[in-house]
Amino acid sequence: MKKKVLTVDDSRTIRNMLLVTLNNAGFETIQAEDGVEGLEVLENANPDVIVTDINMPRLDGFGFIEGVRRNEKYRAIPILVLTTESDAEKKNRARQAGATGWIVKPFDPTKLIDAIERVTA
Amino acid sequence: MDMNEIKEIFFQECEEQLAELESGLLKLNDGDRDPETVNAVFRAVHSIKGGAGAFGLDDLVSFAHVFETTLDCVRSNKLEPTQDVLKVMLKSADVLADLTNAARDGGSVDEARSRTLIRELEALAHGEVPTAAEAPAPKPAPKAAAPAPVIEKPPVNDEGFQPIPFSFGDFDEEPAAHYVPTVQVDFKPKKDLYAKGNEAVLLLRDVSRLGEMSVYCDMDSLPPLDKMDPEEAYFSWKISVTTDRGEDGVRSVFEFAEWDCDLDIRTIEEDVVGEVTDDEELPMQPVPFDLSMLDESGSAAGGEDEPAVVESDAAAAVAAAETATKVSQAAGRAAENAKAAASAASAAQASQTAAGQTIRVDLDRVDRLINLVGELVINQAMLSQSVVENDTNGTSSINMGLEELQQLTREIQDSVMAIRAQPVKPVFQRMARTVREIADITGKSVRLITEGENTEVDKTVIDKLAEPLTHMIRNAVDHGLEMPEKREALGKNPEGTVRLTAKHRSGRIVIELADDGAGINREKVRQKAIDNDLIAADANLSDEEIDNLIFHAGFSTADKVSDLSGRGVGMDVVKRSIQALGGRISISSKPGQGSVFTMSLPLTLAVLDGMVVTVAGQTLVVPLTAIVETLQPEAPAIHSFGASQRLISIRNSFCPLVDVGRILNFRATQANPIEGVALLVESEGGGQRALMVDAIQGQRQVVIKSLEANYTHVPGIAAATILGDGRVALILDVDAVVAASRGQSLKQDISLAATG
Repeated sequence: MKKKVLTVDDSRTIRNMLLVTLNNAGFETIQAEDGVEGLEVLENANPDVIVTDINMPRLDGFGFIEGVRRNEKYRAIPILVLTTESDAEKKNRARQAGATGWIVKPFDPTKLIDAIERVTA
Repeated sequence: MDMNEIKEIFFQECEEQLAELESGLLKLNDGDRDPETVNAVFRAVHSIKGGAGAFGLDDLVSFAHVFETTLDCVRSNKLEPTQDVLKVMLKSADVLADLTNAARDGGSVDEARSRTLIRELEALAHGEVPTAAEAPAPKPAPKAAAPAPVIEKPPVNDEGFQPIPFSFGDFDEEPAAHYVPTVQVDFKPKKDLYAKGNEAVLLLRDVSRLGEMSVYCDMDSLPPLDKMDPEEAYFSWKISVTTDRGEDGVRSVFEFAEWDCDLDIRTIEEDVVGEVTDDEELPMQPVPFDLSMLDESGSAAGGEDEPAVVESDAAAAVAAAETATKVSQAAGRAAENAKAAASAASAAQASQTAAGQTIRVDLDRVDRLINLVGELVINQAMLSQSVVENDTNGTSSINMGLEELQQLTREIQDSVMAIRAQPVKPVFQRMARTVREIADITGKSVRLITEGENTEVDKTVIDKLAEPLTHMIRNAVDHGLEMPEKREALGKNPEGTVRLTAKHRSGRIVIELADDGAGINREKVRQKAIDNDLIAADANLSDEEIDNLIFHAGFSTADKVSDLSGRGVGMDVVKRSIQALGGRISISSKPGQGSVFTMSLPLTLAVLDGMVVTVAGQTLVVPLTAIVETLQPEAPAIHSFGASQRLISIRNSFCPLVDVGRILNFRATQANPIEGVALLVESEGGGQRALMVDAIQGQRQVVIKSLEANYTHVPGIAAATILGDGRVALILDVDAVVAASRGQSLKQDISLAATG
């Protein structure tokens, strides 16, 4: 069975890159444009792993992660934070919000896949 | 989709982000302190940086990075976005746009400028941020001749917060053939580790992939089942792994988890391993670690590398251990699985909605469609005409069908035109930049106010609008506005205002550019015109006529030629490019209060609704938008005025009568008004005129065929069209004809025609 990845990113460029990378690696990919949509999509998507950006309109990555972790059904899903932020403070916040791991943009396709493999069975 | 397509998308997105950035900064400049505005601005730069990084656009990345760092200071309230700060930021936005364009189209940017701005931005970020908590941005060295790409590097001192150095196969360390260290790991997860989606069994799997591993599970703290909290972490592991990747390799496995567990990693000697595991840790039970359940395909190496020693009585413990660690997930997932089937369908639906409500279409395709629809309209008109000519009773079903066809064609055409309609916002935003640049060069303080940015007009019009508008804005700031000191002395706000407005008016778009500067210096203009032999020294000109002199070729009233003038482009060129768009430009100026330029342009350059008329045997089309009413003049209503002028009295007011045939030189003598039809038109310059034509043939939608593109500009004629019977008809430029009827402009237009 294909693993299902939910990606949440407001940038069309990054969404497309994620889509191409993940599809090529044999993942099923579902996409959302911001945290609010991410939580909506999550309800029916049942992903194996979530990859999310931090800076997004409406609901940012921190809020989105907190939302997922508060959700009784989906709180155990591994969440990888995909962001250009390289300073420790933001990663720390993401971690406190409940992120499982992180990937620094611009992402290297193999590293992205590795990180996903790492947090999923 | 390949990378090139994604890159294309990236640049499209950049444009949107840049627009967002600029409008956000302008909002901040106007005193907006909404955190969401700041966020939006930050996100725009952030997104550009993120995408640029993915495509290795290093110049763009390094500039965006510095910009972003400074914006982050604003976002975290460490830097007050004062006017001065925003000035730097707006300039930075311009440079970012330049860099984006350079990355897309090649070409170069003003490096000195971007270097200066990088320095200014850094000064803002550093100088005004006293706390060192803000991780100082890795400084992208100003790029001079050194082509070495400067990419941000993840800070090294981030408490080990290294971005995924983890990779299973690609380590290129010294092949340690002779010595492979054994690493001992004490790993005790906390509850949080599971809560964040990490999983002990996965971590152990990853460790096992590093090399020969043995693992012992400490289950002492596991309470009886009835007292067990399914979300608590009760187990700890002692792992020893022999790997040539050493301590660091093992540590990297725990990268995501190290805050949420007690972790001790150390390298030990071969013989010590035995000691530790066998002797010291008496309560520990060796736990066989079977990872095959994790590898669905069974192809992964994990299973094979496991320690072979398995104590049979430990089997039960294994099951217990795995159950416990998986409890939290199992609980959550049980519910999901039930819904799994239903969710697949709705997920697809959801992602479809996510795709958004717009599609991006190649402009060529739309243009092609428009051309085809244009041909369709002509064809439909020809068909109708030939049916009408051949069908005498006029009630046949063919006729009814044709009427429907006409309606459908019309609707198709409107829909297609709507596709091309775009708000003028992008052009207006570009003007903001122009204003900034000129204000900088001239040392004037200028505020640009834009209104009606969402007014839509055909894309072609928008594209062609930018150039004349830029020039007019330059003029308004350079020539129109006074220097701040002078303004202050005059009791004006030292900051000049330029107002750019767009609105729809009777089927056209009207763009107004108003400044609150000195207004036209009529004495100076007049003198200059005399000096340049444009007018006779004793010419008696009205204020309006003097103002209009600035549209003459080669006219410049600036005392000295500044950086901005001397480009060889004058208002005459502006006027001509507006005319080429089927538009009209006029000026009204009040000394000391400023000037207003008003441009009126058609909404589309493709079709227009026209009244088909006959003048001296010629078929002409008069744009319907210009016509107020038509009337049949009666002899008593016609009054002579002066030598050749005539007026018509309509409902107790007089209106000049304009003989179209005479103005266009279709005939040598004036026609008899009583034999013709008068079209009451409203022209841009204001005021009504009655255009005399011989007869009205009908009302029709016509497809505009440019005369300039195929022939040359003809004064008084806006364009041509093909009628239903295949004949070519000229479309009347009502404003030009009205202006010509006033006399003065006529000479100008005719001389223009003679030289053109």
